Amino acid sequence: MAIKDYEPNMVLATKKFDVVGTRPVRHDGTDKVTGRAQYGADFTATGLIYGAILRSPHAHARIKSIDTSKAKSAAGILAVVTAKDFPKLTASRDEYVQLGELNTRLGYLRDNILADDKVLYKGQPVAAVAAANAHVAHEALSLIKVEYEVLPSVLTAPEAMKGNAAILHDHLKTEELGEQTDKVSNVAQHFQHVLGDLEKGLADAEVVIEREFNTATVHQGYIEPHNATAFWNKDGKVTIWCSTQGPFEVRDASAASLGLDIASIKLVPMEIGGGFGGKFEPFGAPVAAMLSKITGKPVKIVMTRAEDLQGTGPTPGSNMKVKMGVTKNGKFTAAQAHLAFEAGAFPGSPVGAAAMTVFAVYDIPNVVVDGYDVVVNKPKSGAYRAPGATQAAFAVETVVDEIAEKLGIDPIELRLMNAAKEGTRRADGPVNPRIGCVEVMEAMRDHPHYKAPLEGKNKGRGVAVGFWINGAGESALTLRVNSDGSVTLSEGSADIGGTRTSVAMQAAEVLGVPAESISPQVVDTDSVGYTSGTGGSSVTFKAGWAAYEAANDVKAQLIERASKIWEVDAGTLEYGKGEIKSKSDPELKLTFKELAGQLNSTGGPVVGSSNLMPPAIGGAYAGCIVDVEVDPDTGKTTIERFTMVQDAGKAIHPSYVEGQLQGGSVQGIGWALNEEYYMSDEGGMMNSSLLDYRIPVSLDVPMIDTVIVEVASPTHPFGVRGVGEVNLVPPPAAIANGIYRALGVRMEVLPMKPASVMEAVWKK
Amino acid sequence: MKWIDYASASSVQEAVDLLKGGGARPLAGGTDLIVNLRIRRLDPDTVVDVKGIPELNEVSYDASKGLTLGAAVPCYKIYNNKAVAKAYPGLIDVASLIGGTQIQGRASIGGNLTNAAPSGDSIPVLIALGAIANIAGPNGTRQVAVEDFCTGPGKTVLKQGELLVSLSIPAPVKGSGAQYMRFIPRNEMDIAVAGVGVSVVLENGTFKSARISLASVAPTPLFVKAAGDALVGKPVNDASIAVAAGIARDAAKPITDMRGTIEYRKHLCEVLTRRGLNVAIERAKENK
Repeated sequence: MAIKDYEPNMVLATKKFDVVGTRPVRHDGTDKVTGRAQYGADFTATGLIYGAILRSPHAHARIKSIDTSKAKSAAGILAVVTAKDFPKLTASRDEYVQLGELNTRLGYLRDNILADDKVLYKGQPVAAVAAANAHVAHEALSLIKVEYEVLPSVLTAPEAMKGNAAILHDHLKTEELGEQTDKVSNVAQHFQHVLGDLEKGLADAEVVIEREFNTATVHQGYIEPHNATAFWNKDGKVTIWCSTQGPFEVRDASAASLGLDIASIKLVPMEIGGGFGGKFEPFGAPVAAMLSKITGKPVKIVMTRAEDLQGTGPTPGSNMKVKMGVTKNGKFTAAQAHLAFEAGAFPGSPVGAAAMTVFAVYDIPNVVVDGYDVVVNKPKSGAYRAPGATQAAFAVETVVDEIAEKLGIDPIELRLMNAAKEGTRRADGPVNPRIGCVEVMEAMRDHPHYKAPLEGKNKGRGVAVGFWINGAGESALTLRVNSDGSVTLSEGSADIGGTRTSVAMQAAEVLGVPAESISPQVVDTDSVGYTSGTGGSSVTFKAGWAAYEAANDVKAQLIERASKIWEVDAGTLEYGKGEIKSKSDPELKLTFKELAGQLNSTGGPVVGSSNLMPPAIGGAYAGCIVDVEVDPDTGKTTIERFTMVQDAGKAIHPSYVEGQLQGGSVQGIGWALNEEYYMSDEGGMMNSSLLDYRIPVSLDVPMIDTVIVEVASPTHPFGVRGVGEVNLVPPPAAIANGIYRALGVRMEVLPMKPASVMEAVWKK
Repeated sequence: MKWIDYASASSVQEAVDLLKGGGARPLAGGTDLIVNLRIRRLDPDTVVDVKGIPELNEVSYDASKGLTLGAAVPCYKIYNNKAVAKAYPGLIDVASLIGGTQIQGRASIGGNLTNAAPSGDSIPVLIALGAIANIAGPNGTRQVAVEDFCTGPGKTVLKQGELLVSLSIPAPVKGSGAQYMRFIPRNEMDIAVAGVGVSVVLENGTFKSARISLASVAPTPLFVKAAGDALVGKPVNDASIAVAAGIARDAAKPITDMRGTIEYRKHLCEVLTRRGLNVAIERAKENK
């Protein structure tokens, strides 16, 4: 496709800096492109042995007995463990464990590491073995005899909410509107957000649209499977090497599940081959640790692809009903949403975030949102790039498109008429600070893509806009000034998106030195303060903020040191553009590098540090424009052109921000068109390979054009909002709207696979 | 952990001798075999490498006699052979479609046939082209039409000790054209939800003959003789094509699974037959 009339990848920058906003080569680039980077599966150690995990073949069953005797005595088998080998949980079962964007209770966490009395999904770990090599370990799994009493399973939220549904947890009682009830059911929680008066809003409406939507379970589709190596030393100290988004969360959760002090565990984060929210759970680490305790050797466990798809934390399927009322002039008067999300085997779906984001793009005076967290016989749901928001946006944004069509108003103009602004209250409570919702919509409206004619049959252009809350959390970071003027940066945030560089750049900006002179290191959990995980698009925001604070700490210490060297009052000195100088005496001047060389002999090294918890977060909006062509005979959708517009607040490194926009778009295309857990009637995932779980391949996506909008986040020193997630929110809705305009069918299911589109055409 | 022996055969006789004891599988490109060993779908004690056997590497084309294609010839050697590429565009459709470039460096059409997947991409076009399988075994050689070769998912007429040596494909006649068309939800790296191989011979604006075969809609690739026969003597137009496409749809016996429903797959058979015939007709018109 020729796009000749403009330059793609626009950056609508509002503020210029020296380092921030430039595009240096990433610090970890050489290791990544030469294959030297060490991922979890690359880790090796003297005496390393391998673990393998036996998984439940049933979606729901009671474990009557586990006989490990044959496996224990088999040649080459060094250890066998089951849940019984772990410390007994009593009252601590109900304690909460932090796991990044989604948290859980210790009992659930443990049951998800190795099942105790019941299995709740096919693929749930039941036992594990260790052997000198992985093949022997996997072969030995068949020697473990598990006797199951198979129970009926439930696979969707509506099914699980029925009165006669099979119950997953005998002790799970519904929390109803904040009150703990005595009702045992699969509904872990029902909550409600209310704003204004819904009935009045609906009475004021001249057009009301109500639709019901169902979406399938999908996986993050990271390429590197889950992995962990653990070594339990004779002194009781445990070291874990693994690829995780949350080194501290996995450390703490491993400690809790193994009954150890936190200080007994060191987690060494390895490079990570994609996470997207799916790498917070400590699946293999505690099992590897227990096998290591028995054998005295380091134990490595790496999941196969099938294990990863069946036994990790996909993002859930949902059942949603959305009703919106509007005046003939296009003013939204009321909105209602019923959101029932599959938590998977244990409570904790992202329905909370879905309810926060569902109508957050708009200023609607009267809103009711009901959220239901429902357990079903599938893997426990995990986070996935703006968890919950994509499903919710699919529902709302297709209803908004239908309203635009009914009223004959341009879909972007309709959105602009109702856009959320600074001061708009969300139904879940918060009042918006300065946000970039309008600016994103305006950039969409004004983009050459939106104005370009759409030629040919069976083609349609869809738009949609989404919101994501973004996160923050604790961040600890140090900057050590070396004698040659280089700076070593140590941080606790796993780097899944180029954040070593975006964090280092913020320190470099403050110090007035080149980004290349900072050497950013993601260090182990013994070497830096508690840092919350790499989720919620938080790292460039929180670690960048910590880098800003730590660099200012360095600056203050350098001014102090210069005042000592020059024997002048520190108040007479200033720091700017990498120089320390006197405000009055032009002779008193040292560059950062010159002063760095004098530090050790004038009082010792300078280490700047910051341990902070940002007081605010920077929520973000994104919208996309997509042109599709749909084959009316097969129902297959081809993405012809795709533009993602997103408010970054400030793009620290625009190339990596563009990469995030493109990556989210591609995952959105996959979720929209083909990705789904295809379940058998008995509750097994049938398509647990990347052949049949269809993430997009390169021929399925066009070059994704991007527009970075910059409406500074009001709290952050550089205006950063966080860029990793919101780009996955609008694509499925925009593609659905494009399909409608191409073929005239409103899609109410995800994925909109060819067969589903064809069925919708036949029903029309 | 299971140990599997490897043996390399340098002649058809040697391969037959290695295979006849049972528990052995021939190894050509290995792109299906190795995967099946890993997941234990196949569990042989020995793999017999047949890539070193001259007859299995033969590619000989003669405009009057047709093509002899050794069973182990990798796909890339087929589409890189100019004479073969010109004479059999329908065969090239599948040789360049199976797997990706790297897989095509190893995977063979013979292996695709003996793997006998209901979705095997090359099989419908081999059937449409009237290909014959040349088999060697302990009792000598025999020939089987490709439409009779597969007997079930992963099952063929090959008996213990028998080896597919080559495929014989008749020479294309004037006015002939063939095509393979499959439907996949993605644009690469996928298995056919349905596939159709067609060949036609045109004469004076009518169909002189036609053969139509379907993939992924029955336990084996399906030769729908009636669909091709319905075209014989009929004018080359949309109405004739629609009749054949309808017969193909009705002949399909698919199941509902993760790749598609019965209704959708039968519908695709009609669409793909129509589209495949249109391409084959264009090719036939150019083949003067």
